[in-house]
Amino acid sequence: METPDSVRGSLSLAALAGSPRRVRKERLISRVMFCAALVSVVVSALIIYALFSEAWIFMRDVDWSSTWGELGWFPRRGIYDMPTLLVASLWTTLIAMIVAAPLGMGAAIYLSEYARPTHRAILKPILEILAGIPSVVLGFFALLWLAPNVVAHIGGEGGRGSMLTAGIGVGILTVPLVASISEDAMAAVPKSLREASAGLGARNAVTTVRVVLPAAVSGLVASLIVAVSRALGETMVVFMAGGAADAAIRTYSPYDGSLTMPSAMASLASGTDQVVGEGLTFQSLFFVGLVLFLLTLGLNLVGDRFVNRVREQY
Amino acid sequence: MAAIDDLTEGRGSEPLGEMAAESPAMPEVVFDVEELSVYYGEFQAIQDASLKVHENEITAFIGPSGCGKTTLLRCFNRMNDLIETARVTGSLRYHGVDLYDSKVDAVEVRRRIGMVFQKPNPFPKSIRANVAYGPRVAGLAKKGPVMDDIVENSLRKAALWDEVKDRLDDNALGLSGGQQQRLCIARAIATDPDVLLMDEPCSALDPIATTRIEELMHGLKDDYSIVVVTHNMQQAARVSDRTAFFSVDVNPDSDNRTGILVEYDSTQQIFSNPSDERTENYVTGRFG
Ligand SMILES: Nc1ncnc2c1ncn2[C@@H]1O[C@H](COP(=O)(O)OP(=O)(O)O)[C@@H](O)[C@H]1O
Ligand SMILES: [Mg+2]
Repeated sequence: METPDSVRGSLSLAALAGSPRRVRKERLISRVMFCAALVSVVVSALIIYALFSEAWIFMRDVDWSSTWGELGWFPRRGIYDMPTLLVASLWTTLIAMIVAAPLGMGAAIYLSEYARPTHRAILKPILEILAGIPSVVLGFFALLWLAPNVVAHIGGEGGRGSMLTAGIGVGILTVPLVASISEDAMAAVPKSLREASAGLGARNAVTTVRVVLPAAVSGLVASLIVAVSRALGETMVVFMAGGAADAAIRTYSPYDGSLTMPSAMASLASGTDQVVGEGLTFQSLFFVGLVLFLLTLGLNLVGDRFVNRVREQY
Repeated sequence: MAAIDDLTEGRGSEPLGEMAAESPAMPEVVFDVEELSVYYGEFQAIQDASLKVHENEITAFIGPSGCGKTTLLRCFNRMNDLIETARVTGSLRYHGVDLYDSKVDAVEVRRRIGMVFQKPNPFPKSIRANVAYGPRVAGLAKKGPVMDDIVENSLRKAALWDEVKDRLDDNALGLSGGQQQRLCIARAIATDPDVLLMDEPCSALDPIATTRIEELMHGLKDDYSIVVVTHNMQQAARVSDRTAFFSVDVNPDSDNRTGILVEYDSTQQIFSNPSDERTENYVTGRFG
């Protein structure tokens, strides 16, 4: 059997080297892509650097007693009461979840367990449209429609914004997020488990509650964590409908107006006189940003772990 | 005997008296299938199947893949209801009651007619919770000694008790494939059904696990009527009393493949002296 040898013999290195032009092109493409990836890494690093360096100045120089136990958040006067912002963030996020969790999960359960294909074909795009509404628009909607038509009927004032108004607005904003992550989690539950349950004489509702939801629980929790993180960071709706600008007195009532962490930052950055005030006013913006960044980062890490657990389960 | 009242919920006062009265004419018939056809949308998966399934017997469905065995089996507990496009015509009587009567509640049907699937599908819950699922959902028992008895008896009948009695609260997914399938049998038995439908219960199992399940089926025959789909002819020959052979009819014009019931007889007859040539070719391995 000579053939294999002779074939091997006639095979030159050039035949396997490939077209030099193509190889060069391939290398070029890979370099361009690498640069694109590098830019985003560098930008992220710069953001974090800017955040930390300014926040560091604030932390170094601030009189820490002005960040706790004060009357409220008056950054232009050197009063940086963090509890004011934390309480407001907590309230709006909590109210947002009270709205978004049942609506989002309800929509997810309906889509995944009940909807006929025709109904699903209508509802899914609607949710996607809702997800695409700019938050400015939702801010207006919260202030001009939710406040007089909803908040006014549950004990609040219809004529101005409040944490309650802002919270409901943010909740509406996060419904699609909760719905889509929850639906993915439920869709990942194998059909064979639903069949097993149905085969044992369980109705659809029983199968959903006893089999599908428990099997999808980590994804459901993840959807809430991601939504909380989104609500904590939501700026525009709270800025517009939160019922406070520039400064806020510390309050524990959701019917009052206040500033959350991001809306406090937005108002600081959007003042007519730029950010001018006591020496550290500008840096306080970054300090609040850092706190918010660390909070959402932590939440997202936890959320990701839950999402991954769903993927690994079956 | 199941009267239609038992299969409908909250409508017990309107029995279809005539049907219930007719059923004693042939008491040993569990399912009476007449000219049953099933469609998925426009596609006809099985055409005009007629056969009778008898009490305390094992009935096997054999035939090449795609000939509608699963489809027909899933009519017996109205499982095809879960498929949006599925449509059933013809008649299917269970102890004389038309299962596709509009008054019949599929959930009630499934509590009487248990199902074991091709791939073991235990819930990702404890072994105990798996077996207890059906009785709890049906309201037969709650947690406690009654439920413990149900769990133990079901696992014993499924020949799994000795292997799992010390770890009832472990996750069922930790069991081997054969154990999982026996757990699924125990789970189906726990609702105290009248019939067990098994769709290729051994196809995902090794030969030893397969033998155990076959032995188990022999034992279960005394208490239940069993319909088993299998692509394994030796298995049909070993375990069943009657065998239905299905095949695929290819329409030369449209190239549509429709499942048909070719022959239904005692297993012995089907394997030793089939009356249809196609059956003979299949059971002797000459099927092309
Ligand atoms: N859900 C479904 N939708 C559409 N067609 C289906 C569906 N299930 C099965 N079929 C088709 O019906 C035919 C019979 O399938 P099946 O009953 O699973 O056959 P078997 O169990 O004998 O292998 C096949 O051609 C299959 O492709
Ligand atoms: Mg099949």
